[in-house]
Amino acid sequence: MSGFPILSLMLLVPLVGAVACLLANREAARMIALVATLVDLVLGAVLWSRYQIGGPQWQFQEHASVFAGFEWKLGIDGIALLLIALTVFLMPVCIGASWNAIEKRAGEYYANFLVMETLMIGVFSAQDLFLFYIMFEAGLIPMYLIIGIWGGADRIYASYKFFLYTLLGSVLMLIAMMWMVNEAGTSDIPTLMAYNFPVHAQTWLWLAFFASFAVKMPMWPTHTWLPDAHVQAPTAGSVILAGVLLKMGGYGFIRFSLPMFPEASAQFAPLIYGLSMAAVVITSLIALVQHDMKKLIAYSSVAHMGIVTVGLFAFNRQGLEGSMLIMLSHGLVAGALFLAVGVIYDRLHTREIDRYGGLAINMPAYALFFMLFTMASVGLPGTSGFVGEFLSLMGVYAQSSWVALVCTTGIILGAAYMLYLYRRVVFGVQKHADTAAMPDLDKREWAMMIPLAAAVLWMGIFPETFLAPMRKDIAALDARLAQARPKGDADLRLAAIPPASATHEHGDAMEHGSKAEHEGAR
Amino acid sequence: MHPIQLIVFLPLLAALVAGLGARLIGKVPAKLVTTGALFASCALSWMTFLPFLSGSAEASVVPVLQWVRSGDLDFSWALRVDTLTAVMLVVITSVSALVHLYSWGYMDEDPDQPRFFAYLSLFTFAMLMLVTADNLVQMFFGWEGVGLASYLLIGFWFRKPSANAAAMKAFVVNRVGDLGFMMGIFGTFLVFGTVSIPAILAAAPGMAGSTIGFLGYRFDTMTVLCILLFIGAMGKSAQLGLHTWLPDAMEGPTPVSALIHAATMVTAGVFMVCRLSPMFETSPVALSFVTAVGAATCFFAATVGTTQTDIKRVIAYSTCSQLGYMFFAAGVGAYGAAMFHLFTHAFFKALLFLGAGSVIHAMHHEQDMRYYGGLRKHIPLTFWAMMMGTLAITGVGIVDVAGFAGFYSKDAILEAAYARGTGLSQMAFFVGIFAALLTSFYSWRLMFLTFWGKPRWEQSEHIQHAVHDAHGHDDHAHGHGDHGHGHASHDGTAGYHPHESPISMLLPLALLSVGAVLAGFVFHHAFISEGGGEFWKGSLAFSEHLIHAMHEVPEWVKWAPFGVMLTGLVIAYVAYIANPGLPAAFTGAVGPLYRFLLNKWYFDELYTAVFIRPAMALGRVFWKVGDIGIIDRFGPNGAAALVARSSRIAVRLQSGYLNSYALVMLVGLVGAVSWVIAR
Repeated sequence: MSGFPILSLMLLVPLVGAVACLLANREAARMIALVATLVDLVLGAVLWSRYQIGGPQWQFQEHASVFAGFEWKLGIDGIALLLIALTVFLMPVCIGASWNAIEKRAGEYYANFLVMETLMIGVFSAQDLFLFYIMFEAGLIPMYLIIGIWGGADRIYASYKFFLYTLLGSVLMLIAMMWMVNEAGTSDIPTLMAYNFPVHAQTWLWLAFFASFAVKMPMWPTHTWLPDAHVQAPTAGSVILAGVLLKMGGYGFIRFSLPMFPEASAQFAPLIYGLSMAAVVITSLIALVQHDMKKLIAYSSVAHMGIVTVGLFAFNRQGLEGSMLIMLSHGLVAGALFLAVGVIYDRLHTREIDRYGGLAINMPAYALFFMLFTMASVGLPGTSGFVGEFLSLMGVYAQSSWVALVCTTGIILGAAYMLYLYRRVVFGVQKHADTAAMPDLDKREWAMMIPLAAAVLWMGIFPETFLAPMRKDIAALDARLAQARPKGDADLRLAAIPPASATHEHGDAMEHGSKAEHEGAR
Repeated sequence: MHPIQLIVFLPLLAALVAGLGARLIGKVPAKLVTTGALFASCALSWMTFLPFLSGSAEASVVPVLQWVRSGDLDFSWALRVDTLTAVMLVVITSVSALVHLYSWGYMDEDPDQPRFFAYLSLFTFAMLMLVTADNLVQMFFGWEGVGLASYLLIGFWFRKPSANAAAMKAFVVNRVGDLGFMMGIFGTFLVFGTVSIPAILAAAPGMAGSTIGFLGYRFDTMTVLCILLFIGAMGKSAQLGLHTWLPDAMEGPTPVSALIHAATMVTAGVFMVCRLSPMFETSPVALSFVTAVGAATCFFAATVGTTQTDIKRVIAYSTCSQLGYMFFAAGVGAYGAAMFHLFTHAFFKALLFLGAGSVIHAMHHEQDMRYYGGLRKHIPLTFWAMMMGTLAITGVGIVDVAGFAGFYSKDAILEAAYARGTGLSQMAFFVGIFAALLTSFYSWRLMFLTFWGKPRWEQSEHIQHAVHDAHGHDDHAHGHGDHGHGHASHDGTAGYHPHESPISMLLPLALLSVGAVLAGFVFHHAFISEGGGEFWKGSLAFSEHLIHAMHEVPEWVKWAPFGVMLTGLVIAYVAYIANPGLPAAFTGAVGPLYRFLLNKWYFDELYTAVFIRPAMALGRVFWKVGDIGIIDRFGPNGAAALVARSSRIAVRLQSGYLNSYALVMLVGLVGAVSWVIAR
């Protein structure tokens, strides 16, 4: 590989920016933060352009021993590349969203964001198990501070809840990691991905990792930290939380649980299906009755993540690639929706849905963007939301038609709660004078919305750009999973029938088997 | 550049220019761009269609762009043109172009015209993508795209709560159908390993008789797939059960109702079944299901149509009912007849809607037929246009001689249902005959209430407002008010003078009238005669055998539609002209039945009680009880209580301490990890 340590540089730039921010006043700090994130965006673009699609699995590898066997080991495959790209794409938007909104302790605020960027890129590029763990857990701290210091009225409770949930999961994961390093004799992630752990041990390891990732995702019922965290976080905090931090859970499944413990993954697939189905239906219904815009979108995130998890555990290409696309799309769309909420929150300082109405009259450009992102969230074909959802559900259909059916009801419920939100906020008459007086988007807000809108449409119309880099990696993962892949419930049988009695018996047995599987899934 | 690319993408381009650039280019240019693009698209569509009519054109597929490739799944954006598509192209672009033109007059006073025209063009684009789809997913793209446009246009007057509610209802109810469609696509991919329509249709016969596990049970493969896909069609085409959004969709401006909710979008389901007809042919059970649903809808909607008083809702139920005809035609295997009825219906139903729009325009936005009456002499051109539409929909014509458009297509459907000869198709035939009686009745009822009798305008609030405003204006401008202030005219007009619509609205009415009169006569040879296979060229499953059997049906079968048409006309005449007191007496006598029909069989009430309220209630329970009452209480809050009791740490978790707290945490973390590794 080229010797230039571009990944380290991408980690370093925000870190240097963070130090500079701490020393600067508000105006200087936000400028430094913007420049630092834009530099990382450019580096990210260089990274993508230099990434060889179809080349070696791990690229841009760096390696340095630090101390006592703890290693600085970086490298990315296509999956990591896409998530890093999402991170560097969203960061400048976050800085833009904070531009006027953050007044107190601005230097520290931007420093926190920049540190978080370093840690997020670190998570996706770490090739050493413990390096990953540090990045993964340390990533909580800036977010914790952002909610706790710059959040809303109930910020202490929200940050505490956020912290408690995520900590709980990570302790178990750390123990599992130690056991794995002992067993395999290495903390090198690519090696571990090919290591065949004993099947009985996989069960416990899988559960330990699951505890951490399920919270991060978040999967039902460990999701209750998310609505509170979102509601209390400042706009940019919500954007990055929904946009990138939630993807760490999915990334964890795809990088660790699936390739390292394929048999356990197959064994626990019914558990994943059950929790995901519950997430899709229950949190969608909850979203339907929310009065707070951010809470509504937060609950919708849980529902979307439910479709990610079923796709991941569909054990086929469509499911895996679909889940990756949902993660990318949700990063853009949920980020954009929180941004859209932020735009009107900045004007009226309330997230109460009833305080709005008739925005289409005084904010037509805003209404247009909001409509686009609403439709993307609903999964309208032609937007990014559709492709991932479609592939993911198609993938899981091959495993179980029940799971696919229940999860596909998400498209009905999703349409219901999003359009209900849109109708109350944007349509209708102008009920309140202050709402009616709100100005339309300004230049800064246009500059944030346009790239997001363009990306959403691009991913919807020509997703190949995003499918191509990960195709080989997903294929490799799919091949690794092939040995453990459970049998689907479809079991197509052609009309040309062997002797009737034998078929009959066989048919009964199969029916019985697949029924039992469904019981498990429920 | 292939003409099909222009046909499809010109409307998109125009929509973008008008929608995004209206503030730069102004209102009139925005309207010119969209209308111009549609007329260009329309001209090209006819140029595409005519070679298919003469049999000289071959099916082709124009690739546009790779879309998704994931494992074995591979599909692209592509435009398919064959006979079936060409028929739809002509229908869509012709009606759309005329509706664009009509909207110049109808929407003249609206401040948001560029947005309206942009939506119309966007809709047209999505509909064209639907009918040119070469794979199921692109069809689904068009399917959802027209759904979006429909949502936007129903809710076009977004200040009206009822319009917003109707728009949302349309989208969500359609999504229920889409659930079926999506599951159908998943299943199809699972079975055939492809979503390419030609590949699926080619492989479908080989799958006949195979079985598949679905939801824990074993079913015939093709039956499962076809019924799932058909559920999608039921949503889009407002079939019984998923029809509730269509009448409410009348909240949208009337040109929208004509284009989307009569001529094009709602026929997408019929198109889908015809497009996939070789697939449906492999499953007799699915076809029976299609027949039953079609016949039931046909009957249901016709009964409700007889009681409604809103002119647009009568036509909406009529549309619903006619779609039922198309579906049971497809169900009995007469796909050519289904498409033919779709084709003729597009013209006469768009005509009826636009005519109704002209009436509403003349009557100052009054839509209740109880406040019409006697309009024949005031708006004669509109009257004649509506008359052509009514003659077409009621199927006026003489067997073996000539008739209006609906005469050819509806009679063909009824004959096919009879000729098919199964028990279910025979039942569909009788249901269809009865529905034809009701069709004739409600159509003539509409005509008589609107155009005949004495004016009943003075009871209309809209008219009172209009007259009041006009008089106020007159008083100030001219200083005289010779009609008096109480509007106590004794002719029931309240002193109001309806005006005939402008030329931009009358021209589309005239052109559609030509379609309503001639479409059947001119095209029935191609669509449904023996040798129709030459025309369709395999783009749908055309059964020469069934066509032959249709000619063999008994004479009374051929004459029955004519008989019921006359009967309906006579009943309507007696009830609304000869003896106007009769309807009130009759509805009084059959009160419960009347209320049942007036309230549309209580579907809305049922769905509210069974789905909407429980969904909301469940949401609240899951939130307040599930999340807060159980998960939080025993999860984080319980833990917090424990911690707080022992050390009161929560009190110290104030923002000032957070930095140091976090630092401690990080140091601890790194320390712990280092220890583990270095040990």
